[in-house]
This record gives sequence, structure tokens and C-alpha cells, in this order.
Amino acid sequence: MANMAQAIRMALHYAEENLGVTDIFGEDVGPPLGGVFTVTQGLKTTWNSPLDERGIIGVAMGIAMAGGRPVAEIQFCDYVYNTIDLLKLAGNTCWSTHGDWNLPMVVKTPVGSGIRGSIYHSHSFDATMTHIPGWKVVIPSNPLDAYGLMISACREQDPVMYLEPKALLRIKGEERIPGEPDDDRLLSKMIDAPLGDRSKWKAQWPELQAYEVPIGKGKIVRPGSQVTVVSYGRTLPLCAKAAETLAAEGIDAEVIDLRSLWPYDWEMIRASVEKTGKVLYVNEDTEVTNFGEHLIRRTVDELFYHLNAAPKLLAGKFLPGIGLADTLEMASVPQLGDILDAIRKLAAEQP
Amino acid sequence: MSRPALVEKPERAPLDRELLVRMHDLMVEARVLEERLIQMYKAGHGFFWIGGPGEEAFNVSLGLLMKKGQGPAFDYLHAHYRQSATLLALGEEPIGALRQMKNTATDPYSGGRNFAGHFSKRSWNIAPASSPIEVQYAVAPGTALVQKRHGGDGITIVTGGDAGTAEGDFASCLVWSSRPANPLPILIIVTNNKWGISTASDGQHGEKHVADRGKAFGMRTKTIDGNDPETAYLELKEAIAYVRKERKPFLLEANVSRLYGHSSASGANFVTDEVDCLKVMEERLEQRGIMTRAQMDAVRTRWTEAIAEMARQAREEPLPAPETIWNHIYSERK
Repeated sequence: MANMAQAIRMALHYAEENLGVTDIFGEDVGPPLGGVFTVTQGLKTTWNSPLDERGIIGVAMGIAMAGGRPVAEIQFCDYVYNTIDLLKLAGNTCWSTHGDWNLPMVVKTPVGSGIRGSIYHSHSFDATMTHIPGWKVVIPSNPLDAYGLMISACREQDPVMYLEPKALLRIKGEERIPGEPDDDRLLSKMIDAPLGDRSKWKAQWPELQAYEVPIGKGKIVRPGSQVTVVSYGRTLPLCAKAAETLAAEGIDAEVIDLRSLWPYDWEMIRASVEKTGKVLYVNEDTEVTNFGEHLIRRTVDELFYHLNAAPKLLAGKFLPGIGLADTLEMASVPQLGDILDAIRKLAAEQP
Repeated sequence: MSRPALVEKPERAPLDRELLVRMHDLMVEARVLEERLIQMYKAGHGFFWIGGPGEEAFNVSLGLLMKKGQGPAFDYLHAHYRQSATLLALGEEPIGALRQMKNTATDPYSGGRNFAGHFSKRSWNIAPASSPIEVQYAVAPGTALVQKRHGGDGITIVTGGDAGTAEGDFASCLVWSSRPANPLPILIIVTNNKWGISTASDGQHGEKHVADRGKAFGMRTKTIDGNDPETAYLELKEAIAYVRKERKPFLLEANVSRLYGHSSASGANFVTDEVDCLKVMEERLEQRGIMTRAQMDAVRTRWTEAIAEMARQAREEPLPAPETIWNHIYSERK
């Protein structure tokens, strides 16, 4: 099975060939490197940009204005912060011109912890990005969704922020991407750039097929009856694992992978919470004005009389950064043990 | 406030009569429009005024020289909020600006959502002007990049003020426009009025000319007297021709005046110690016997009456309905 980096790469290839993507660019995105996480190796429309995040976002907007369809990369989301007012501008361009202009552009950026990335390669961006109206925001947790969400993003007529959980980029999927060869080593030989001189290398792309994960649709990863766990990105597989573990203890948790943060699948959350009466939101961005807090507010507003316990948020600590030492990172953002504890505690709560 | 420096006197052959009369008409139209907008603000028919009285000589010339149309075969304009004269020279009706001032539902640029002078017109490649004064410099290389790839002679024109060049986006524009991997067909314009709201540039900018910054990137640059209509027209013509043909960037700095201050926030009162390009134009037309004072007065009267009537019409039009706040968050294009 492809890993997430390969899956996104294949989706971008599909989008170049079939969806009119004209420019895949950013720092080190083009040859020879093909992205610091190898996501853009071998693609035909890649190019390297100056080391200038504001230029990257601005130029993506300009390309979109002139009829191109760009996929721009910010190398780590930790470096997207100096572009915030351009992200705001991209998000308000359609609205502020009363529909005159729209910007079909995708910005992708690796997010989150998990690679011992220290203070400037570990941050999350979902809390900040969901404060910027006019964008759609997606975040996959497995290679097949990564493929389908990128294809959907490249079909949009408005800006899409595609968050890549960097801890999951090297994790292989459990479901095959349509058109992906059966043999993982063969796939790697076809589409992973070789070490050393790459000047003559060309990717051999498999016959990929369209597969869309609709923006705004979540996925029930594990059905359950006692507790709803809503997560996305790096913490999603941990939530799924925790639910499997807790099943042996007689705790039956339903796990929802939100996949899209804006718009998001409120109907899926609502149906689940109406059934279980208990909900835990899990993500790793800092917990103050966290996106999960919005979900809790809405849960209280709309589902209060269905609740058997206060809705909970398990998120990253409100710290200025994630420290490098293993002990510091593990203590700063939710880990499997934290999620197990939080679900157990919530499941045990009695009104 | 000292006068903007006259860097260069016109030395070329003068423009022909017909063009000068046309330019004068547009300059008067733009001046009368801006003065009407200010009057509307002062009479409570708008919340805020910002615009470009003092830049008409330059902005009219720019509009007359642009290749108007939609898509990469035509010129893109990433304007700032002092360019009503450019829009009028392209053929825009002044009532749109009046509607935007009154924030009516009929405002063609923003549906009552944005300040005066914040134009947008996709069918003519006019990118939306936005209040952050420098962001257009970061966006403009993107349209130029598509035009370079597209072929043809369409170019990107981006305009901003001198104060905004302190922002990083101006440096981004210089870097991205002159990448050796892909130099771009872009005319980078700085209209230098020597002010950023209340702050004189003399105390903030050590560079002799903003245009000199382009030299480090190997791009053609020039600082011109944007208050002289003929100089402005001829220099713009030359710069545009260069970018169109060579498909390379050009940084043009035009010294201009700011005749009513920064905006309504600073009173929007006429200043008497700066060069008035309309006066320069009218003196020249009279000296050369192209128009008499009486003829020029008639032009002003005609525009004053026409635009006053448009303002009356705009004042009667309804505001956008409150439920329309939800419209156009996303595109309705498929």
C-alpha cells in the first residue's frame, strides 16, 4: 500500500493530468528534491520558488486570478504565519468583490508533531486556519483519504487549505488507491526518486483513477454506542487504536474522522452524539480557542438535552512551542495514553 | 511638505491635440468625481473617502495605454485605491464609484461591502483593490507568470504608493519578477507622493529613489515627474512597450501629488502647496492654443452637472439587504 506522501503525489499527478493543475510550487518543491517530505517528486508542473512564503501565497492567488490552477506549498505550517493577511485576502476576495473574482487554489502544508521537530516544525494550524472564512480546510488521516481529498481540493473553485499531518506521511494505508499496483516495492520503484543523481529520472506513473472524498464529509472509522470520539489528522489513528483497546474493557466508542474542518460534517457528529450522549473531541493544536472548543459550544447549544456528560476536549497544551526532548513532546500534545484515559473517564461518567 | 521633485522635464515631441483634449476631459472627469465623493462623505452620504486627486495625469495615461480585456492575453491591473482616473480612462462609468461611496446594493465593485476607490472588474482584468496597501505587490507576479506562459503581449501592471514599499511584499515583487529562472512581463509602479498618512517619507526612507531598488535586480527603472501629463504618458508608453515586447520587468516611480490628503480620516481638504497636475495640463493647453479657458470651464461644468446627477441617483438607491451577508462567501461558478 502507498504511504500518505505517495498518495498525495499520485493525486497531484492525477490533478495535473486531468484537473487542470498548472503549477505545483514552493520552497524545494521542484527537482531535484521534490519536497522535503518527497510529496512532489516526479511531477511535471513543479517548480522551486524563492524562500518567501508571502510571495508563494500571493503568486498562487495571481495564478488563480489569471486562469491557472495552482497548488502551492508552505514547507512547514510553522512558516505560514507571516502569510496570515494574504490568507485572509484570499478568503475574502470572492466575498469582498461580491462574487466578481474567485480563486481556485490549493495551499498544502505539513502540520503537527510526531517527527521530533522542535519549536518550528511541530506546530498545528487547524485552530488558526478555521478562523479564516472563505477557505475550505481539509486534513486526511490515511493515504486513501489523502488521495481523495486532494482530488476534491483540485476541483474546487475557491481556496482550499490542505493540511498534511507530517507524522502520518510515511505511514502506509490499509486501503489501496485506485490504480495503485499491488506490489509496494514496485510502486516505490515507479514513483520514488532515486538517491543520488536524479537528473535523468522520470516517474513511471500507474494508471490512476479518480477517487473523491467530498469536502465536508466525515467518516465513521469505528461504530460504537457509548462514547463519541471526534478527531482528525495525527490523533485520529490513536483514537481508533484506543477504541479498539477499550473494546476489550467493555467500552464501546464510536470514532469519527472529521477529514474536513470547514465545512465540517455536523450531521455525522449530531447523529452520533444523539446516540451515545457523550463526546470527546481530540486534536493536537493548542487548547485555547481551539477548533474543538467551537465543536463543544455547538454540541452544548444544539445537543444539550441528549448529553449524559459534559463534552470534553483533549488538545495540545497552551504552550509557546513543542520542546525537542522526547519527554517534552510527549507531555505537550495528546498521546495514546492520554486518549485512553480521556475515553475511560468519559465512559465512566454518570449523570 | 515640499513639492515632489521634478526629476525630468518633457523633452520629446508634444502629444497631439486630440489626445491632450481627451486626457484633459478624463482628468477633469476624475477630479470632479473625487471631489463629489469627498462632498458625499462630508454630507454624510458615505462613511469614508479615499482616492486619487493629484494622480490624474499619471492615472489617466495608464488607463489610455492599457490593453483592456479579460484573461491573460490582456493587461492585468493590480491597482491601489487612488486610481479612479485609470478606471475612467479605461471607459468605466463614474456612477459605480458613487454607488460604492454610498455603499448601495448596486455598487458594481463590492455590493456595498467596501470603501470608495476599492475597484474590482474581472471582465477588464482589474484585480480587486484592497485596503492593505502592499499586498497587490505579492499577488501581481502570479498573473504575470501565467501571461508569460500564455504568450502574446498581455502584461501585468501593479501600482502602490511609496509608503507601502517599506512592506516586504514590495521586495517579494522585485524578487519574483526578476527570477533568472523566469523573468516576468510586469510593470511595477510606485506613485510617490512622499507621504504615508501623516508621516513624511523623508524621515523613513533612506533610498534616494524607490526605483533604485530595482537596479539591484537588473531591471530597468526610471523615476519620472508624474504630475506632468505629457511626461507621464510618454514614459508610461515607453515602459509598457518595453514590458510588452521584452517580457521582462520594469520598475517605474512616478512623483505625484496628494491634493486632498490621505483620506477623509485626515480631513480631505485641498492642499495648496503641491503641484496640481490638472492645472499644469490646463496651462499647457491654453499656452498652445489648444483650448481656451472658457472651453475648459465648460468641460468642468459638464462633468460637475453630470456627476451631481449621478450622485443624486446613487443616493436614492437601496442598501444591500441584511441577509445578503451570506452571499458570495464561496464562488457560484462551477
